[in-house]
Amino acid sequence: MLIRLTGGKVYDPASGVDGKQQDIYIQNGKIIDKPVGDFQVDKEYDLKGKIVMSGAIDMHTHIGGGKGNIARTLLPEDHRQDPVASNDVCRSGCGHAMPSTFVTGYRYAEMGYTAGFEPALLPINARQAHMEMGDIPILDKGGYVMLGSDDYLLRMLTAKKDQKAINDYVAWTMQSAKAIGVKVVNPGGINAFKFNQRKLDLDEQNSHYGVTPREILRVLATAVKEIGVSHPLHVHGCNLGVPGNMDTTLDTIQGIGGLPMHLTHIQFHSYGTEGDFKFSSGVAKIAEAINKNKNITIDVGQILFGQTVTASGDSMRQHANHKFASPAKWVTMDIECDAGCGVVPFKYKDKNFVNALQWAIGLETFLLVDDPWRIFLTTDHPNGAPFTSYPHLIRLLMDRTFRNDVLSTIHPEAQKMTTLASIEREYTLQEIAIMTRAGAAKLIGLQNRGGLSAGNWADITVYTDDIDRQKMFEKPDYVFKDGEVVVIDGKVVHTKWGTTHIVKPDYDKSIEKDLKAYFDKYLTMKVDNFRMSDDEITEDGRGSLTVHDLKAVA
Amino acid sequence: MSEITEVPSPFCGIGTDDLTIKVDGLKISVVKNGCAVNTPAFEQPITDTKARINGKEVELKEAISHAANLLKNTNYPVIGGCATDVNGMRGLLALADRTGAVIDNMNFNNARKNLLTLQDSGWMNTTLAEVKNRCDLLLIVGADLEGFAPRFFEKYLWNEAMFLENTSDRDIIYLGTKPSGNASTSPSGKTAQVFECSTENLPEVVTVLRALVKGQPIQAENVAGISIADLTAIAEKLKAAKYGVVTWAAGALNYSHAELTVQTISEMVKDVNQTTRCSGFPLGGKEGDQTANQVCGWTTGYAARVSFAKGYPEYDPFLFETNELLNNGEADALVWVNAFNTQANPPKTHLPTIVVARSGMTFEKEPDVFIPVGTPAIDHAGHAFRLDNVVAIRLKKLRDSGLPSTAEVLNAIEQVLREESVC
Repeated sequence: MLIRLTGGKVYDPASGVDGKQQDIYIQNGKIIDKPVGDFQVDKEYDLKGKIVMSGAIDMHTHIGGGKGNIARTLLPEDHRQDPVASNDVCRSGCGHAMPSTFVTGYRYAEMGYTAGFEPALLPINARQAHMEMGDIPILDKGGYVMLGSDDYLLRMLTAKKDQKAINDYVAWTMQSAKAIGVKVVNPGGINAFKFNQRKLDLDEQNSHYGVTPREILRVLATAVKEIGVSHPLHVHGCNLGVPGNMDTTLDTIQGIGGLPMHLTHIQFHSYGTEGDFKFSSGVAKIAEAINKNKNITIDVGQILFGQTVTASGDSMRQHANHKFASPAKWVTMDIECDAGCGVVPFKYKDKNFVNALQWAIGLETFLLVDDPWRIFLTTDHPNGAPFTSYPHLIRLLMDRTFRNDVLSTIHPEAQKMTTLASIEREYTLQEIAIMTRAGAAKLIGLQNRGGLSAGNWADITVYTDDIDRQKMFEKPDYVFKDGEVVVIDGKVVHTKWGTTHIVKPDYDKSIEKDLKAYFDKYLTMKVDNFRMSDDEITEDGRGSLTVHDLKAVA
Repeated sequence: MSEITEVPSPFCGIGTDDLTIKVDGLKISVVKNGCAVNTPAFEQPITDTKARINGKEVELKEAISHAANLLKNTNYPVIGGCATDVNGMRGLLALADRTGAVIDNMNFNNARKNLLTLQDSGWMNTTLAEVKNRCDLLLIVGADLEGFAPRFFEKYLWNEAMFLENTSDRDIIYLGTKPSGNASTSPSGKTAQVFECSTENLPEVVTVLRALVKGQPIQAENVAGISIADLTAIAEKLKAAKYGVVTWAAGALNYSHAELTVQTISEMVKDVNQTTRCSGFPLGGKEGDQTANQVCGWTTGYAARVSFAKGYPEYDPFLFETNELLNNGEADALVWVNAFNTQANPPKTHLPTIVVARSGMTFEKEPDVFIPVGTPAIDHAGHAFRLDNVVAIRLKKLRDSGLPSTAEVLNAIEQVLREESVC
């Protein structure tokens, strides 16, 4: 079947198209060039006056894995506020802060998103993460495997294993967990918490291993680069949420020595200690460092006001923050000599000085970082806010009047502590398309996604232009996934199953001998039972794997 | 005949995956690393291979369409048992969504004791490998650990650990129930300390222990027969340990409002963490309990006692109990799903009953439809969650029995109902 999308105004930064009226042809799920000669269009969509972008990609969203399911189980009262009934097309479930898997897929699609990436795939919990993502309809998905607090890596560092050995272990773990990237969370800190350390600065040693976060970051960033993974090491830095952590963040940027590095939810890592409340914005300096260091990419982790739940691998910092739990219940777990997690419900309040300033700090970050190809739109779902708040966030970025109206309602002392009111920048549609589409696909290393030129999969979102950008982005006219219409007028009309994006870096098979010995001696599972096989994702007939190329390594 | 090694078990809750199993046709023998829980569960022979309608053997297809027909005419069916693998639970939840059923895991009343604590105040818990490598003090409250998992001590405590020089030095303390054997005696001969009291007195004992951990003055000299001096010593040990672990089995706390005991334990663990590390470790998760709660959790937002009657999932840990709904006249049909245990029979009811269960289940009253299914980890591959929640194990297929999986049967029933609703 040949489909033509006719006359839409196309924003496709991947091929440099910025608001140009052009037709798009779709065949067999993919975008093709206009056929030559005579041809028959089987289905035509008249998109004159509409805005056309590729499907949006959330490059950091907690949609699969144990901590998210703990968050769900923890909060029945939140689900009860947002029950979702089944209909002819959709399964039932629940929404709000940590939606059920099916509702996650529907609501992302209903906002024009066609892919989401789980940033914290614990090696030992990868199965669960993939099984949960396997129950998310419509979206493509993938994950970044978490390393850096696992005892195996820390033992390697203590034993002064060379970089090649570490590269092999990282590649082995990526294959084992079916990942497309590598993440580190509070490098070594989750492990240190198990030894009763309560904080771990960049140059502070793990009390058992003598290893510092700085060393962990360097070997992992190097490994990711050397094995040719497109997505740079995905870093949730030290000292999340601690006033003054901007210095740690600046030091982390400097310390990586030019290696590619992605700093995630940087809003939570951009705090100074100035002012009466000893809490201030560090964005001016952080943004300056990002603008200057082209090896750095970031996503923001914007907070938005209201109830949510924070679910993080950072058991050390989550434990430290448990006293802010609202409602007052929280969970931490130490996990399998591999990682940890902490789940703390949060209610961000605009009349709370700290929360109000966190809100402003996130927005300052968006507006002061120059290059939209190196910054990504996230709320660190659900930690800063549920992903369903993205249209509101886009309006804050694109509409200065609206932004300043909201600013004037937050805690007055926070208003005094932010430069937000003086920032004139308004994001353009093209910049939004870069952050949420082309840039995200490029950052993750997705081939044939995130663009609208021939050869791309036909993941396409069509909006009605509206100066109220929130309204525009929360209700697309059409969403196509792999060429099939899945959403009309902001409602799911058809569902299908997306693919799972992975990479398969090679490793020296001889490392499996030592891994087997380690698993046999210390862990509670045989190494061959630990590794996920491809058929675990594909055997139910719904899932599929898409293996992406690695970068050529010099 | 073949021998399969490193076989994972969904039966024991602790995810044992070092079994060696001999397969001879349909006959299974555990030849290495078996135990009183796993060996009989694996070796249970296949008896039924045919589905039945009212006791009469029929083709699978016929049984499926009969089951769909029964369900089509119901308003409030209950799907009980819910003991199967991840794909089985997926199929079960899809069927419940379509029929507006209640789903209720058979051991939910036990899991509820933990869930009510989680949902009221939370906890700090840990997993098996952390216990194995870090635990220097294990406090067992009201449980017979070796009765629960016969190889627990051998596999996770009395062998090498990354962070303990001599694992034989670990302190093991029983509070409440005494152990049924001597698995808790270390290889070097160090025996567990046992402070016995009756199970019903545990709330009192645990509350006093928490008070002592917090340094509250206690006037009494003993509680439920245990001296305050002994409890004080336990409190001091918890605070002195580098990584204490407190374990309990919700199923063994057989008294009303046992969730308050779980909560006291969990809050005490948090208290200890003000100065040192300590973790809770709930025992459970056998035969698909944890799997049911996990899959239901991500599919609905709630643990596995959920009603779909209103078109969306509603959670009530008390109202939607299978036996209540059957006995008080609310339910109008029962679907019983248990792919693991032939002894876990459906509750007695006069309502139309469909049983999807492990081959070999026998009935006092023949159900309207009985469909024998394969057992996950024996007849088909799959996934199950271990007791510690985070770890899913990959179940292997050991033999070709030709029995359908739970998922295949439930999906087929759902498919029939879907097609009929479209027509």
